[in-house]
Amino acid sequence: MFRTMLRIRMVEEMIAARYSEQEMRCPVHLSTGQEAVPAGVCAALTRRDEIVSTHRCHAHYLAKGGDLKAMLAEIYGRATGCCGGRGGSMHLMDPSVGMALSLPVVSSAIPVAVGLALGYRQRSEDRVSATFLGDGSVEEGVFHESMNFAALKKLPVLFVLENNFYAVYTKLADWQPDRPFEELARAHAVPAARADGNDVSMVASATAEAVARARRGGGPTLLVFDTYRWREHCGPGYDNDIGYRSEDEFLAWRERDPVDLLRRRLTAKRVLRDGEEQTMTSSIRSEIEAALQAARAAPFPQAHTAADHVYG
Amino acid sequence: MAEARIISVAQALQEATDLAMARDPRVYLMGEGVADPKGIFGTTSGLLAKYGRERVIEMPISENGMTGVAIGSAIGGQRPIMVHQRVDFALLSLEQLFNNAAKTHYVSNGYHKVPMVVRMIVGRGWGQGPAHSQSLETLFAYIPGLKLVMPATAFEAKGLLLAAVEDDNPVIFLEHRWVHYSTGHVPQEWYKIPLEGSRIARLGQDLTIVATSYMLFEALLAAKYLAEAGIEAEVIDLMIARPLNMAPILDSLAKTGRLMTVDTGFVTHGLGAEIVARAVERGSSSLRAAPARLGLPDHPTPSSRELVRRYYPVSLDILDKAAAMAGLSEERLAPVRACLSIERDKVPFDVPYPAFRGPF
Repeated sequence: MFRTMLRIRMVEEMIAARYSEQEMRCPVHLSTGQEAVPAGVCAALTRRDEIVSTHRCHAHYLAKGGDLKAMLAEIYGRATGCCGGRGGSMHLMDPSVGMALSLPVVSSAIPVAVGLALGYRQRSEDRVSATFLGDGSVEEGVFHESMNFAALKKLPVLFVLENNFYAVYTKLADWQPDRPFEELARAHAVPAARADGNDVSMVASATAEAVARARRGGGPTLLVFDTYRWREHCGPGYDNDIGYRSEDEFLAWRERDPVDLLRRRLTAKRVLRDGEEQTMTSSIRSEIEAALQAARAAPFPQAHTAADHVYG
Repeated sequence: MAEARIISVAQALQEATDLAMARDPRVYLMGEGVADPKGIFGTTSGLLAKYGRERVIEMPISENGMTGVAIGSAIGGQRPIMVHQRVDFALLSLEQLFNNAAKTHYVSNGYHKVPMVVRMIVGRGWGQGPAHSQSLETLFAYIPGLKLVMPATAFEAKGLLLAAVEDDNPVIFLEHRWVHYSTGHVPQEWYKIPLEGSRIARLGQDLTIVATSYMLFEALLAAKYLAEAGIEAEVIDLMIARPLNMAPILDSLAKTGRLMTVDTGFVTHGLGAEIVARAVERGSSSLRAAPARLGLPDHPTPSSRELVRRYYPVSLDILDKAAAMAGLSEERLAPVRACLSIERDKVPFDVPYPAFRGPF
């Protein structure tokens, strides 16, 4: 999991560093600071289990095992991208590893994951689906519609709420009453658990429990993980200066850097030995460099193919 | 004899659904009322008893969420048929239909398929009013990635629904409620009609009338009276509004030189607008008269039967417009018009015209 988180961090920070080159010509929603949730959740899933992600899908894609080359090529708008250049950064998918698709409209992904789970039930397949959502997603009717149906049919689906406390530039407290997200699930007879979303061990163990319940026919779970987006909602920069959140708040969360938390824990337990992280970092760096070069060297899709695949 | 078997569109749709479910275990049915005693105007009757609750799912009142569920299951390999008792309720599901159903095949560069059918019923009559009578076909016809089917007759309804279920794309199957009553010869066995275009419902050489859904029957009635006045109208049942296949319409126009569209929806930005625009772009040399469009005026559907009297175009309107386009003299039109007027006035405007039950 440490390697997964480190890899997500390094990929996102590379994107942030190179975004100003204006070669990645699509919006990017970076996950820096939120690495523990995707890493912990995906560690509790098998390759056959599927996830449906959102506009902020880079980390989910990487944590589920998505191909880095295809991801970068997609962001660079190349023919070798995971969507052949048709989706961009907000539509990453790699079905071969269970990264089914990403849907960028708020809450739009939630019922689709429920539908995947309904399909498992109908085909008697032992699989679990999971969908990621944000704190703002619970305001959409479709969140409740999905919970209601998943609970009714006891479908094997996890609702993973990454609470980063902000919808774009608005504080959670400005648009939702002070009530625990878990209560929303309980109103739908769905069990819920809340954990520190910057502590990957807690994320993984809460998810494992939910997965086990889903596999034994116990139905869906809402998992609430509190975490924090370091960079701006959309784009490569920091935006603590524009007035919607304070530098102090950011620094307090940065103290609780999920990658560093795990690093310190693993080092203390001597699981992560001297020099091991360096080796990891340098192998990830080479991988990113190779993927980057491949993406930049890859051909663009041809303009005359833009009308392909409207119908199948 | 099989040839003698006459059933209604509603029965044909029930039969098609039954055959599709028997043929392919991935097909399942979902909707508000699919498992209730009335079975969506009879179109889903008996299916719960035959296929059970796993495949005939009584749907929570969650149109957008359940459309997302249908999409997710379709991506995973199932073949859902979803039913909305009114188009007006289905409006809640446009986010999922437009963003996800229509685009997932495209965005995934052809990898994912979304084989699903969404049946929606257009209401009319008996004072149902502004939010139970909308014929919103152009909303769906506007979106690349969706297919849009509008059946009118029993044989076609069955074959088109069976084709829609087998299609790998999201298909909106828009049924006018009054079409459910029309009857025709329908073979018992499985067959499908490709979702490729229109059919000629009546041959003629003086005027092309492209009619959709229930308006087919008004057009055919008008054509019968036009013939008495010496005008032979070719009536095309559009059937498939997207993808829009203009070839048969242009072929007909080349022969007749006159084009009229008759929609169940609004004239402004309606299906007729697109058809006429394309005809002018590609077939203007054939045009001998300015094209005409009939459909609904620019206001919501009122409830009172008096307010609705002039709202829906009827065969008389088609007759008048056709006569003007063909330059028919008043002397030749008047007696025919009088006969049709007497026949049409026998029935109130807010219930289906009984002669349109067929068999067709």
